[in-house]
Amino acid sequence: MANYKDIIVGCIDKKGGIIEAFHALQNEFNYIPHEALVEAARVFGVSEAQAYGVATFYSYLSVEKRGKYIIRMCESAPCHVAGADELLKALESQLGIKVGETTSDGKFTLELTECVGQCQATPVITVNSEPVFNVTTKILPQVLAAYK
Amino acid sequence: MIKLTINGKEIQVPRGTMVLDACQQAGADIPTLCYDPDLKLAGSCRMCVVEAKGRPNLMAACVSPAENNMVIETESHDVVESRKIILELLLARHKLECHTCERDGSCKLQDYCYRYGVTDSRYAGQGPHFGMEDPNPFIKRDYDKCIMCTRCVRACEEITGAQVINVKDRGHHAKISTVFDGKLADSNCVFCGQCLMVCPVGALTSKVSAGKGRSFQTKGVLTTCTYCGTGCTFELNVKDDNVVGVTSVRDSEFSPVNKGALCVKGRFGWDFIHSPERLTTPLIKENGEFRPASWDEALNLAAEKLKGMKDKYGTDSVAMFSSARVTNEENYLAQKFARVVLGTNNIDHCASLCHSSNVAGMGAAFGSGAMTNTINDMGEDARAIFVIGSNTTENHPIIGYKIKQNVRKNGAKLIVADPHCTDLATMADVNMQFQPGTDVALLNGMMNVIITEGLLDKEFIENRTENFAALKQILEKYTPEYVEPITGVPADDIRRAARIYAESEASAICYSMGQTPYSTGTDNVKSVCNLAMLTGNVGRPGTGVNALLGQNNVQGACDMGCLPIAYQAATDSEIRDKFEKAWGLTLSAQNGLTVTQTINAAHAGQIKGLFVLGENPIVSDPDIQHVDEYLEKLECLIVQDIFLTETAQKADIVLPGLSFAEKEGTFTSTERRVQLVRKAVSGPGEAQDDWWILCELSTRMGYPMFYANAEEIFEEMRLLTPSYAGMSYARLQGSGLHWPCPTEDHPGTPILHKDIFSRGLGLFHAIEFKEPVEL
Repeated sequence: MANYKDIIVGCIDKKGGIIEAFHALQNEFNYIPHEALVEAARVFGVSEAQAYGVATFYSYLSVEKRGKYIIRMCESAPCHVAGADELLKALESQLGIKVGETTSDGKFTLELTECVGQCQATPVITVNSEPVFNVTTKILPQVLAAYK
Repeated sequence: MIKLTINGKEIQVPRGTMVLDACQQAGADIPTLCYDPDLKLAGSCRMCVVEAKGRPNLMAACVSPAENNMVIETESHDVVESRKIILELLLARHKLECHTCERDGSCKLQDYCYRYGVTDSRYAGQGPHFGMEDPNPFIKRDYDKCIMCTRCVRACEEITGAQVINVKDRGHHAKISTVFDGKLADSNCVFCGQCLMVCPVGALTSKVSAGKGRSFQTKGVLTTCTYCGTGCTFELNVKDDNVVGVTSVRDSEFSPVNKGALCVKGRFGWDFIHSPERLTTPLIKENGEFRPASWDEALNLAAEKLKGMKDKYGTDSVAMFSSARVTNEENYLAQKFARVVLGTNNIDHCASLCHSSNVAGMGAAFGSGAMTNTINDMGEDARAIFVIGSNTTENHPIIGYKIKQNVRKNGAKLIVADPHCTDLATMADVNMQFQPGTDVALLNGMMNVIITEGLLDKEFIENRTENFAALKQILEKYTPEYVEPITGVPADDIRRAARIYAESEASAICYSMGQTPYSTGTDNVKSVCNLAMLTGNVGRPGTGVNALLGQNNVQGACDMGCLPIAYQAATDSEIRDKFEKAWGLTLSAQNGLTVTQTINAAHAGQIKGLFVLGENPIVSDPDIQHVDEYLEKLECLIVQDIFLTETAQKADIVLPGLSFAEKEGTFTSTERRVQLVRKAVSGPGEAQDDWWILCELSTRMGYPMFYANAEEIFEEMRLLTPSYAGMSYARLQGSGLHWPCPTEDHPGTPILHKDIFSRGLGLFHAIEFKEPVEL
């Protein structure tokens, strides 16, 4: 796993550097670790409180530890019509967690998302930003089983 | 200038003026919530919207620059409707607990709802509640009253520079938080309460004042803070003859140094005023125990004891310690009492432990032993600030905030030299953590670089100084490489620091107790004077040698003559003659003993009696064991104080005085600014004005002293003190005056040594580094 300091320094010359650094950190760790946030504040010359403010402003960024696989359930209208409610309940019960939580083995985190633009194949979930189409309660166990 | 019409009134304003300012100049009362004149603009609350003719949208006046020929209505139908909606939206999330709110009567949201008749909100619904209680002793944050104006965030960032809080999350979930949403006490919060000062509603309030009275129930009494030497002013909030809080005064006319900003001590540290441990009656010790006594009994006994010792052992067998915490008037009377009534020049106070190195060092170099420039210079004019031996943000917080502001906002350079890694050191351009006591070596190293690299101000040296050759010669060997092993500071850092200091247009040196209380303290002071003169950094705004004095009235106590070797020396027959004429007695021509000499003299049996006014030498002197023994040896110890201090516990007679909140008078801050202290409440029990006690003792000892009030003492004092001669209570009402102020039409002297040093030419001292004996 890459060193968070190298990731941050790698963004130093980019426009809007601290946000780029947060993205890069999240890509690597699935969230922004606290020590990385503190380091980013130092490197980009802003206060820790402000860095935290930036990180929490964007719902896509997370400062809380998250699982290896981040499942985002679309909550927009087309998925809703296609039974997103039911699917969400199934996700919660099969993973044993609520929205916003992470499984105790650190494998899955469940979140909601706005439309991901794949309305031809509703309901849609994304796993680590990759869309999975036509997810029904029936096929959910095998969808989840694919992630080791 | 541009011209615009506001509510039918035509006005002219300079280009760059915001519409809000223009409207206010035109007499329009624009409601604002997120706007604060001392903070960066946010433009987020939209309360200040106004209508500009021909524009499709209402504009937020605070962030809209005024333009030529604008026609503005500030209370049109659309404007009023818009403001009402904003108020309703704010009310949707604002807990309406006005009846129990600390800010009832001083809440902008309440005022504007009243003004626009907004009783409740159509938007009420379920929003998030952040019921977090922060377990700190000072600041209460009620999220359910927060309107997210972010003034607290900006004040923390821009005024204090602590940068502790920010906005977490967004939308409905947004709230003010520290990093990782932690407790304030775990963050870098310094509990200055600037957030509380700027909060327009009841979201941020003082826990110390909670439940003690709201603004419409209290009276504000403007006065001067009694903690450090910065000289901040604020209002004491008084209800039923009790101090119940402190409020910032944000008008620079009445708060010239701090402009409302305070530190944790000033804002929250006033509860000692009504402490149950205050002394309320005179005490006399009998068989090792104190018993209460009447004023007559205590004063008669004190007078009898002092007179007895004086008669039996001679005048110089008695000494007096005055205090850097009491007023100028009291200090003036204290030294008068010592010199006239006790008949000795054995009068000193704790400044001889800290400030006397300044008096000696700067006195020798410049001719005046006081801070050369102003506090506001550090925040504005200085382009480089060299802080040595001062943990400014902790000991003189407001000055620390100003330095931070200057660095962050104006890009001033900062050099810090301190054995500790202080808060300022963490943001310094050069941080030199040097070995304690090696100040002279470090400073000589910097000067060596300045001379070697030709960064010196030749013209200044030639025209305004003397003895440069001797300095130059001695500096030759102090190359950074020579100094590095002595100080532990890398040679390159010394070079960088020297260049920054020498090359900036205006460089200020700030130092404090890290430099002075050493056997080499005077050498240290002379060395910073050398550095300043070498580069021409004296006598201009933003430059100077700025000694930051510890207590609120160190400067004043010294000015008043509470030093054994006074500014106006007793050994000078002309000066002595002046005082003898005024006081009608012959005075001793001998210099007195310092605090530490007094203690040694007591050990040797030469000092028999000691009268301590407002000092606690058992705690504040260098060798407390030694002091403790010596107090035991005294025949009589009299202590005048507001608490039964460690020293007072040793006393034979204790006389209860008044705190700063209970008296009139003046303090002189570290920047030589003389400011008024105003009475807010009565003293506890039978405690009396300190000057009254001195007068009574004096009268009982055969030298009648009568004054109607503190002002009369000031009037007498200024006739004998040339640097205060032009001051009067009337002239001190607003922002006070900097001494010297020799005549009644003199505006005071914020910057010393402008065209000529007090001693004529500035004197360089060639100083070799030597180890201080303490280390």
